[in-house]
Amino acid sequence: MILLRLALRSLISRRVTVGLTVLAIALSTALFLGVEKVRTGARASFADTISDTDLILGARTGGVQLLLYSVFRIGNATNNVTWESFEDLASRPEVDWAVPISLGDSHRGFRVMGTTTDYFDRYKYRGGRALSFAEGGRPADLFDAAVGADVARELGYRLGQEIVVAHGLASFTDHDDKPFRVSGILEKTGTPVDRTVIVSLEAIEAIHADWQGGGRSGTPISAAQVRELDLSPRAITAAMIGTSSPLQVFKLQRAINEYPEEPLMAVIPGVALQELWEIVGVAETALLGVSAMVVATALLGMTAMIFSGLNERRREMAIFRAVGARPRTILGMLTLEAALMATAGAALGVILLYTGLWIARPHVDAAFGLYLPIAPLTGRETAGLIAVVIGGTLVGTIPAIRAYRISLADGMTVRS
Amino acid sequence: MTKTGDPVDTAIDLRDLRFAWGGRRPFSLAVERFELRRGEAVFLQGESGGGKTTLLSLICGINRPAAGHVRVDGTDLGALRGGARDRFRAERIGVIFQMFNLLPYASPLDNILLPLHFAPERRARCGAPREAALHLTDTLGLPRELIEHGTAADLSVGQQQRVAVARALIGQPPLIVADEPTSALDAGAQAAFVDLLFDQVRAAGASLLMVSHDDRLSGHFDRAVRLEEIATVTRSEAA
Ligand SMILES: Nc1ncnc2c1ncn2[C@@H]1O[C@H](COP(=O)(O)OP(=O)(O)O)[C@@H](O)[C@H]1O
Ligand SMILES: [Mg+2]
Repeated sequence: MILLRLALRSLISRRVTVGLTVLAIALSTALFLGVEKVRTGARASFADTISDTDLILGARTGGVQLLLYSVFRIGNATNNVTWESFEDLASRPEVDWAVPISLGDSHRGFRVMGTTTDYFDRYKYRGGRALSFAEGGRPADLFDAAVGADVARELGYRLGQEIVVAHGLASFTDHDDKPFRVSGILEKTGTPVDRTVIVSLEAIEAIHADWQGGGRSGTPISAAQVRELDLSPRAITAAMIGTSSPLQVFKLQRAINEYPEEPLMAVIPGVALQELWEIVGVAETALLGVSAMVVATALLGMTAMIFSGLNERRREMAIFRAVGARPRTILGMLTLEAALMATAGAALGVILLYTGLWIARPHVDAAFGLYLPIAPLTGRETAGLIAVVIGGTLVGTIPAIRAYRISLADGMTVRS
Repeated sequence: MTKTGDPVDTAIDLRDLRFAWGGRRPFSLAVERFELRRGEAVFLQGESGGGKTTLLSLICGINRPAAGHVRVDGTDLGALRGGARDRFRAERIGVIFQMFNLLPYASPLDNILLPLHFAPERRARCGAPREAALHLTDTLGLPRELIEHGTAADLSVGQQQRVAVARALIGQPPLIVADEPTSALDAGAQAAFVDLLFDQVRAAGASLLMVSHDDRLSGHFDRAVRLEEIATVTRSEAA
């Protein structure tokens, strides 16, 4: 096809301007696809963080908030659940299993979570996968701690190492009189577990044994003494619950929500996530909208570039006319030119996207705990790419129509 | 119906033609009668800005007359719709410009082959287009390497004009129209170019209409005509 070859040659002969235009389209396309990838990646990663848990129990608050602090360790609980209420609810017939968790302390920027060893059996992520240890095992002793993969990697922890837990989340007062020992290092999961230090509920009680409210009370209790005390938990932050049958979920949820002894609530993780997406959906749409505008700007830039070249290409159009091209062919050639640039831009954009993802992935993972999958383009993303090409072709018709008019008016004579 | 001659015998037959350019400096051209017989080579002399190119664009069917008839190779262009007229031009007329004949980014070979894309019959007539093109450029004394792999920028002006001749002649259209093809050449090269053009046009059995403001070359032709003799030009200078 000689016309396609000529169009390509013509573009190549103007490689600097054409190259910059294509690059602008490519960058904007990569941005657009990147926003979409991060968006879907974040959703998938959130959805993958909890599976096989039917309900999450917590103090009465917002459903999204409960999900965020209990599963994602984002934000804090305003209230606790008393151990009595938890035990009472956990003994209901609808409950198959219940794992309490207690949050509130931190270790060098990582959250410390108290729980029972059931956690290692019941917590499931990414479609039912269970936690496993890369080294060592579950906490056995009172002052044993299992650390997530990122905790171990970032702090360089080895098995048997002694670590000190800080009181509160951003505090400088340490429970330094009661150091923990790393009993196990968990395999990487791509969930907030990677950034968590897991200890027993009793350990949480133990380190707070000589604390009351915000400060140390009375005489300090040594690590040895504390082992003698009654360390059964008094309160927990939340609990993960599995029901004996899916049919029981709503019944149990209602029972918890109407629990007379204490204001509690239970959320279904999937439902709360859905609620969360509705909230962030607005921001996502805005972000996608902005990046779509950037693509539109790049395409308009391309149009401007074609427009500005039209005048010096009148001679070329007169040659085409003289050898028998119809004005419509000229229209087609210029549209083809725009389509080729948009296609090249879109293709280069995909290359930039994957290169960018590949480079950014470890940093995004470290900074946000978000492991972006490098997966093929989804249907939506492909549709976006096609939209870039079609959009480019459509705006390309604007200068093409102008060229069509010029070539009709010029005929064989090109007058400047 | 024509009064004199058989329309089939004429390569170009113009009757009562009227055409006007609009715009700030209106220009109009009227041709009562002009004929160019088949196989004839005619030289049309006229002043710069006198309307020569305008007349050629009417003959080629690139522009349409406001009134009158343009008959080329027996076909009334007025009876053809836009697309058919363009196709007709592609099939039947080879055009050579004064300069800048070639698409600068394409190889000379692609430039020569371009009209065939719009003229399937012409393409069929030359059989193997590439070979036909290279045969033409060989006889025009153009180096193959340059024709196949160079661009217009690699050619001298004289070489470019010869490539334009090859483009006009490929597939043997019955009419060749040349718009001041020698004016960009130096005096010594002009006569040689016209001789070359003549040889090729004769060999192809085509008719030739060449316009120029410079009548030094008119001797080579069967007939020389002055634009004033056949056309009435009116200009209303608004400035
Ligand atoms: N495309 C055009 N649009 C408007 N006016 C034109 C156009 N082409 C030529 N003219 C006018 O027609 C007149 C004749 O021009 P042209 O046919 O190019 O003369 P020549 O070829 O004899 O030099 C000029 O006055 C020019 O201004
Ligand atoms: Mg002219």
